[in-house]
Amino acid sequence: MTLRSELVFGFARPRGRVSIGIWLDSQSVFSWLMMAPPLLFLAALVGYPFCYGILLSLQDRPVAHSGTFVGLKNFITNFNDPIFWRVALNTFVYTAAATLLKMVGGLALALAMNQHFPLKNLVRALLLLPFIVPTVLSTVAWMWILDPAFSVLNWLLVALGVPKPGPSWLGNPILAMVSIIMINTWRGLPFYGITLLAGLQTVPPELYEAATIDGASGWQRFRYVTLPLLQPIILIVTLFSVIFTFADFQLVYVLTHGGPQNATQLFATYAFDIAMGAGQLGLGASVALTMLPALALLIVALTIYMRRG
Amino acid sequence: MVTGYGPVERLMRLWLPVVFFLVLALFPFYWMAITSLKPNAELYNRHIMPLILHHPTLKHYIDLLTQTSFLTWTWNTMLVAVVSTAISLVLGVMLAYPLARMRFAGAGLIAMTVAAIYLVPQPLLFIPLADLINRLNLGNTLSAVILTYPTMLVPFCAWLLLGYFKTVPMELEEAARIDGASRLQTMRRIFLPLCTPGFISAGIFAFTLSQNEFLYALIFLTKSAVRTVPVGVIAELIRGDVFYWGQLMAGALLGSIPVALIYSFFVEHYVAGLTSGSVKG
Repeated sequence: MTLRSELVFGFARPRGRVSIGIWLDSQSVFSWLMMAPPLLFLAALVGYPFCYGILLSLQDRPVAHSGTFVGLKNFITNFNDPIFWRVALNTFVYTAAATLLKMVGGLALALAMNQHFPLKNLVRALLLLPFIVPTVLSTVAWMWILDPAFSVLNWLLVALGVPKPGPSWLGNPILAMVSIIMINTWRGLPFYGITLLAGLQTVPPELYEAATIDGASGWQRFRYVTLPLLQPIILIVTLFSVIFTFADFQLVYVLTHGGPQNATQLFATYAFDIAMGAGQLGLGASVALTMLPALALLIVALTIYMRRG
Repeated sequence: MVTGYGPVERLMRLWLPVVFFLVLALFPFYWMAITSLKPNAELYNRHIMPLILHHPTLKHYIDLLTQTSFLTWTWNTMLVAVVSTAISLVLGVMLAYPLARMRFAGAGLIAMTVAAIYLVPQPLLFIPLADLINRLNLGNTLSAVILTYPTMLVPFCAWLLLGYFKTVPMELEEAARIDGASRLQTMRRIFLPLCTPGFISAGIFAFTLSQNEFLYALIFLTKSAVRTVPVGVIAELIRGDVFYWGQLMAGALLGSIPVALIYSFFVEHYVAGLTSGSVKG
């Protein structure tokens, strides 16, 4: 077998007699051949649907019929639809509140866990359970916890002195929004906490010692040592969380189905109702695509940031 | 980070918050478990203290396994998760290896595209995909989800593996190249066997994500025989306005066990993958 290192390939290649083996061994040929199957797969099942979705959003397309091009009519319909604006507001409130809660709670969790104590690894593993268990299944458990007639949460609240029968969690528009925010936080908080904990563990202890010697209080150590060093990881986790909270579907579909009276309807569930429930694929696609500008911005920001980090 | 607190301060700073978060995280699972073991007479009686189990019974589990298609759904879920994880690992390696090791024009762009695709949430694609699956006549087949799950798992595996591959030293591969191995041989015989921990991390995540997937399964699988656990539980155990809570909780608990088991075996890999900053939240 001939020597085929970079060196030989670069300098000692006999002119005019490039064998197939050597050609295949070039870095770019090898790379593109290797990447072709996954790239074609992604082009067919992500790239094509993505473009097709844009086309659909410009069509009047009832399910099982062929579509007719209607230009921006679907987007204008959405613009004049009060429910659509309600959905936009809901999505914004849901994303902002859940992200903020996860960030603050996750930071508190990380700070509490960043101490030495027995069974720490076991505790960490248990804390992550809400994040790994299938969302639909844990949401069913929450549905039962918030059940109108047999809510255990209300049983506790009544035991603590709240007048019977306790709040109607999923029947009241505001409380339904509070509920989905609460459950999203419950599920996502461990992810924040454990990721930030890993970040905290990389902070060199000398920095705290130096700050303490300089007379920094506990709060000052947190504010001027911990927080600046955690900033990159907080940013990445937050962007992740915003993207997937913004486009959330499962939790709301299972728990409230967007109700009561669209009080918890998000872009994803509304698009689902229009496309799958009412069979208006074009209009549904236009609702889903409304998420695109904000999502594209977030995705590009995070992609650039992940590459740097 | 800080030591030397008195017991009272340690209670306030450590045990109170840790116990608070633990109770918060675990209560829904506790509630799932005891609900699934309570007889109906106890479940729907408001005068019995609900937090503890008075007369445990396995009736809900027996009903779940004998009167519903739960076992079929479990089999479907496992099959789909294993196959789509395997496909995604293979395709993920095919993307990640050149990106991690080769120099060629366009590598940066491809890496960015893969990362971006990984971040595209399903709700942006499900409507056109539903139409595509219909046109391919794949509705109500497991192929529909086996084909679509890798759209999220391939970019994810590629991204996670890319990070892992870059941490593996290049000397062995260089030596193999000098000894005359082709690029493919070097990758398959020398490089990939070194990367088992990376495959385990990516595999667990891909498996967990497949088990967790709901939207595509909901749209593509509308017959009981092909449903996965999450869709089966939502579509068939919730019957109209009547809830069979004991059975529902038994289903939710049993459906969570495979993921929890795999997770408990590989928790260190899981945390390592999670904290490499490349997981969906």
